[in-house]
Amino acid sequence: MEYILIIISAIFINNVLLAQFLGICPFLGVSNKLSTAVGMSGAVCFVITLATVVTYLLNQYLLIPLDLTFLQTISFILVIAALVQMVEIILKKISPALYQALGIFLPLITTNCAVLGVAITVVTKEFSFGGEAAHLLNLGESVVYALATSIGYGLAMILFAGLREHLAMCDVPKSFRGLPIALITVSIMAMAFLGFSGMV
Amino acid sequence: MALCLTLVCLFSSGILAAVYAVTYQPILQASQKALQESIGKVLPEGGTVSEARTASFGGQEYEYYVSESEGEPLAYAVTSSVNGFSGTLKLMVGVLPDGTVCNTAVLECNETPGLGAKCQTDEAFISQFRGFSGRLDVKKDGGDIDGITASTITSRAYTKAVRNAVELVKSFNSSEEE
Amino acid sequence: MSSKLSLITKGFIKDNPTFSLVLGMCPTLATTTSAMNGLEMGLATLFVLVLSNIAISLLAPMVPDKVHIPVYIVVIAAFVTVLQLLMQAYVPAVYSTLGLFIPLIVVNCIVLGRAEAYANSHGVLDSALDGLGIGIGFTLSLTVIGIIREILGSGSVFGWKFIAGDGILAFVMAPGAFLVLGYLMVLFNKYLKKQ
Repeated sequence: MEYILIIISAIFINNVLLAQFLGICPFLGVSNKLSTAVGMSGAVCFVITLATVVTYLLNQYLLIPLDLTFLQTISFILVIAALVQMVEIILKKISPALYQALGIFLPLITTNCAVLGVAITVVTKEFSFGGEAAHLLNLGESVVYALATSIGYGLAMILFAGLREHLAMCDVPKSFRGLPIALITVSIMAMAFLGFSGMV
Repeated sequence: MALCLTLVCLFSSGILAAVYAVTYQPILQASQKALQESIGKVLPEGGTVSEARTASFGGQEYEYYVSESEGEPLAYAVTSSVNGFSGTLKLMVGVLPDGTVCNTAVLECNETPGLGAKCQTDEAFISQFRGFSGRLDVKKDGGDIDGITASTITSRAYTKAVRNAVELVKSFNSSEEE
Repeated sequence: MSSKLSLITKGFIKDNPTFSLVLGMCPTLATTTSAMNGLEMGLATLFVLVLSNIAISLLAPMVPDKVHIPVYIVVIAAFVTVLQLLMQAYVPAVYSTLGLFIPLIVVNCIVLGRAEAYANSHGVLDSALDGLGIGIGFTLSLTVIGIIREILGSGSVFGWKFIAGDGILAFVMAPGAFLVLGYLMVLFNKYLKKQ
């Protein structure tokens, strides 16, 4: 039950893009075409989940016992950067097809603040679901949270790319072209997503 | 190449450790101060406040502080957290031994600015809890609390947090009588 | 002298990080629920930007090309953590409002962007001034967005309430952030951008 609440709240209610404003730059950058949006969402999904597991373990078994939690930010970003590099190398070897699909997006992900954002959130923020007391997430819950968040990222990204493809064919006033009209469209999407709030 | 990176990492960690050492005390004091202020706000004057104690009630862990005078508990300050509209709502609730609410203070609030976040500033809502001993439910649910306009979920959550704290204190009494 | 001054002022409009370079969108959208929050976030970024620009302009000649990005990220992360610790110690209330977005300055593309594009290849003083200029530009944009959202959303400016009632709440929430930024960008494109 708790996992279902985590999933619904992370995908719809606290959508990482539309409610938490994490990872906006690549969201605006690569959502011009549906196909690139799908590729980026896949890569982000993969990296967020993996990075969350690694940083969670790092925090739990190294930083906390050694009382080094002030190194959180610096160690997390290094881990994420290294992880992205590693994923790139491994993918190239194991699955060239997948590398072809995700490859160009991987280097961009290091500075996607959704990755660091989720990693920091799961180790610092207390959650409470249903009637129970607020607590920090355990490993299982963190993984589910990370996965659900990245699905929410993908959902918003793919929906938006679909809208933008149609938008490209419209006659938009000159000053609105490009980012401004995109931002106004996202605003309307965010308003639609507000309708989910209060569900959990 | 690797040497350079290692050096930079070591150097940065060293600087951070130094800054951490310098700011350790102020950070501790700042968080202590915020906690002490909220305890002071919700408890009646007089009495000495105890160290933090924990109790488990209804499947939840609570941290609470007792203000005592001559061995008799004057009032309890209970930290009570519930699920609000968006994220956790954490309150400090002052409760007299008979279950009357003394005062409340918000410790952590992630509610919507301008709507639910008003539970921190809306005097009409907050002041209802002072000296309150009626039914702790919002009026929509048949209780005696006037909710914040357009923020039923936050009002419900706030009221529930207070109710949990009151029930915890009442459970102390019944266990003492037995 | 005027060239030094233009180093600072170019960040205000010509190279404005928000409206012209379109960098650092996440904190821009997330922390501008009120004028004060926007201002505080801007100043926090300014702090990191100036210090990291100084440090990187000093380090750049010694760092081999292959590892320069990781080194810069470590340097920036160190300054961000210093800022985090100082804020927790001396302004805990501000720290808890801005929350997650303080550590996320590390991945703010503005900071790394300036390190790569400017501090990398310029002297200490110029880099510091560049950081200051871009930082002030960022602070200005965030404050303006914050002021507009606060007026429309809660009828006040810097907490001073001059319109009674609740305001249009959507402007304090997520949709308002995108909407205000979108329309400000339209105005910027129309009146301020060099054609």
